[in-house]
Amino acid sequence: MRNLAIFLFSLLPAVAMADTLRMAVTTSFHNSGLSDILLPAVEEDTGITVQLLVVGTGQALRLGRAGDVDAVLVHARAAEEAFVGTGHATHRREIMYNDFVLIGPAEDPADIAGAESAADALRRIATSGAVFVSRGDESGTHQKELELWFAAGLAPDGFGPAYRSVGAGMGATLNTASGMNAYLLADRASWLNFGNKGDLALLYAGDPALFNQYAYLPVNPARHPHVPADLTERLENWLAGPRAKTLIDGYMLNGEPLFTHNARN
Amino acid sequence: MQAAWLILTLDAELIEITLRSLQVTVTAVVISAAIGLPLGAWLAVNRFAFRRHVIAVLNALMGLPPVVVGLIVYVMLSRSGPFGVFGLLFTPTAMIIAQIIIVTPLIASIAHQVIRDLWSEYHDLLISLNTTKTQRIKTLLWDGRRALLTACLAGFGRGIGEVGAIMIVGGNIDNVTRVLTTAIALETGKGNFALALGLGFVLIGLAIAVNVLIHNLSRTERSSQW
Amino acid sequence: MVTPILPLRIEGAHVRRKSLRLIGPVDLEIAGTGLTIVMGPNGSGKTSLLRLMHGLERADEGRLEWAVPEVEARAAQGYVFQRPTMMRRSVIDSIAYPLLLRGVSRRDAATQAQNWAERVGLGDAVARPARVLSGGERQKLALARALIRAPQILFLDEPCANLDGAATREIEALLRDVVAGGTRVIMATHDIGQARRLANEVVFLLNGHLHETGPADAFFAGPATPEAAGFLGGQIVD
Repeated sequence: MRNLAIFLFSLLPAVAMADTLRMAVTTSFHNSGLSDILLPAVEEDTGITVQLLVVGTGQALRLGRAGDVDAVLVHARAAEEAFVGTGHATHRREIMYNDFVLIGPAEDPADIAGAESAADALRRIATSGAVFVSRGDESGTHQKELELWFAAGLAPDGFGPAYRSVGAGMGATLNTASGMNAYLLADRASWLNFGNKGDLALLYAGDPALFNQYAYLPVNPARHPHVPADLTERLENWLAGPRAKTLIDGYMLNGEPLFTHNARN
Repeated sequence: MQAAWLILTLDAELIEITLRSLQVTVTAVVISAAIGLPLGAWLAVNRFAFRRHVIAVLNALMGLPPVVVGLIVYVMLSRSGPFGVFGLLFTPTAMIIAQIIIVTPLIASIAHQVIRDLWSEYHDLLISLNTTKTQRIKTLLWDGRRALLTACLAGFGRGIGEVGAIMIVGGNIDNVTRVLTTAIALETGKGNFALALGLGFVLIGLAIAVNVLIHNLSRTERSSQW
Repeated sequence: MVTPILPLRIEGAHVRRKSLRLIGPVDLEIAGTGLTIVMGPNGSGKTSLLRLMHGLERADEGRLEWAVPEVEARAAQGYVFQRPTMMRRSVIDSIAYPLLLRGVSRRDAATQAQNWAERVGLGDAVARPARVLSGGERQKLALARALIRAPQILFLDEPCANLDGAATREIEALLRDVVAGGTRVIMATHDIGQARRLANEVVFLLNGHLHETGPADAFFAGPATPEAAGFLGGQIVD
């Protein structure tokens, strides 16, 4: 019995490995598959092993606030600026962007394919009374969606049963929408990588309002002394650097480029 | 099919995830048994005030929602929580702690029922032989070993298939805290139902294999008449 | 170690369960050597009397006194229950169990247990699980388990109820050996033939009272009370 216990504990990986960073990233970033390309390169160039926690932007920022991660990579500008403003991160560094897309039933009952703007598309969905599924989890995607409703002059609270807030991640929300054949807002990467599309199709994209900026925020070591500031800085410099630019700009999914590197040096 | 391919080729990552599942849950069950079995036996053998209440609470804790356990452990282990300095959040240790909290009441409660029945059978003999309380508990635990093993297997079953708590406290970090159940949740989220199902079958197979293995070991030990 | 625990004196003892009187008042002294048979019809309190003496029941009234403090006295007693508990262990481990409780090494305990198993006629069954034994074998196991503690006094509660003739004869032969070895034996039975064969002394119980006590020869030759006479004569007494 004792030997068994010793054996089991010996299997536990060392808790604090040298040069390990914990970074909370959004589902959309992880679902794109880009992290599988970037992380090995990070390790190769900087010697840093990055452990990813894949959560919504809201939770990612909360993890950073509690000091449970060392850095976050998210996409919700207002929330990020508030995060820096309250001193939880030392600064915000824009790294890259991709875009959001509007997904819906292939037959498109609300005819959003012909919309003039993202806001117009949402107005058409609201008018048609078609079902819309919302993340409802304070993620970056959710915050972008609320921004778009606001821009369209609509308040989703008043939509009644046609507006379904599921409080779930991108994948679960896509599964729900697929099951109900409903409209939703998704990031392009998650959509392209999603394996259960059913009758759903990409119906509207391209409005600059759907622009999706990712930013890197290192957690403030003044608040959480255990955060390895030298590592978070090394990672930031790498992400903003030339190898990251090549990898990010060159990353293709289904033959389409997905991200544009736009870090300023 | 991708899932079948991964299993048939003994995909390295799949094996790693499976082993981690085993490691976390077996460790948790071993520790839970070390706590829960003596506790259950102690409760069965001793009479004290509020005994019934303690047992009722224990039985209620069997149904503890894993998500709530996960949340509590998360709050405790977070850097801004009381045990934050240990830096245990998002490590296998955190997952083991959560599973111990989930599994121990189950093992203790079943152990209590098993030992209570055995105690009523052994009571006169053990009193007659002048046993101390510790000797009684040891004797009952040893003689109830087969049923208690089943209690531990029930604990294993609950632990190995659990996702709510370990997702929260482990974080499903690739290569560190990803186990079968959280991998299933992840693949489901990506809409990769085939792969998720394949992992599900690995999980079910693992649970069956462990049960069969343990039952065979305990049966070959001595005849089935015990 | 061999401080005699006898005599045992019981004075005015009552045992009650809730408001129901099981036995009492009981005044009795157990001393010397030999085999005492506790007789009486079903429900007369035989088991309760044995359990009282062994300390499994507390006297609600009256007292019970050994020559030594009770804890010491208990260590020198053996008890064979009417339906002996068969532990989830092999025969040899079951017999060795009381020695292990006393801290005897596994090896010594196994050796002694093997000897006792052979003495009670379970020598061929040592490796079998105790729980597959027949009724007679169970009694033998229980006897060996009680005797391995080298008790000064041995209580037996109807050890031969439900046993066939051959098994009964074996148990009785063992008991004669035990008595010859100096162990005081107190045995409950309602088998009059067995009582005649074994008893040196008789305690006749009726409705929880000591109705009649005395040497076996005198009791069987001429019981002092009509109820005892009736019981010996095969009548239903209550």
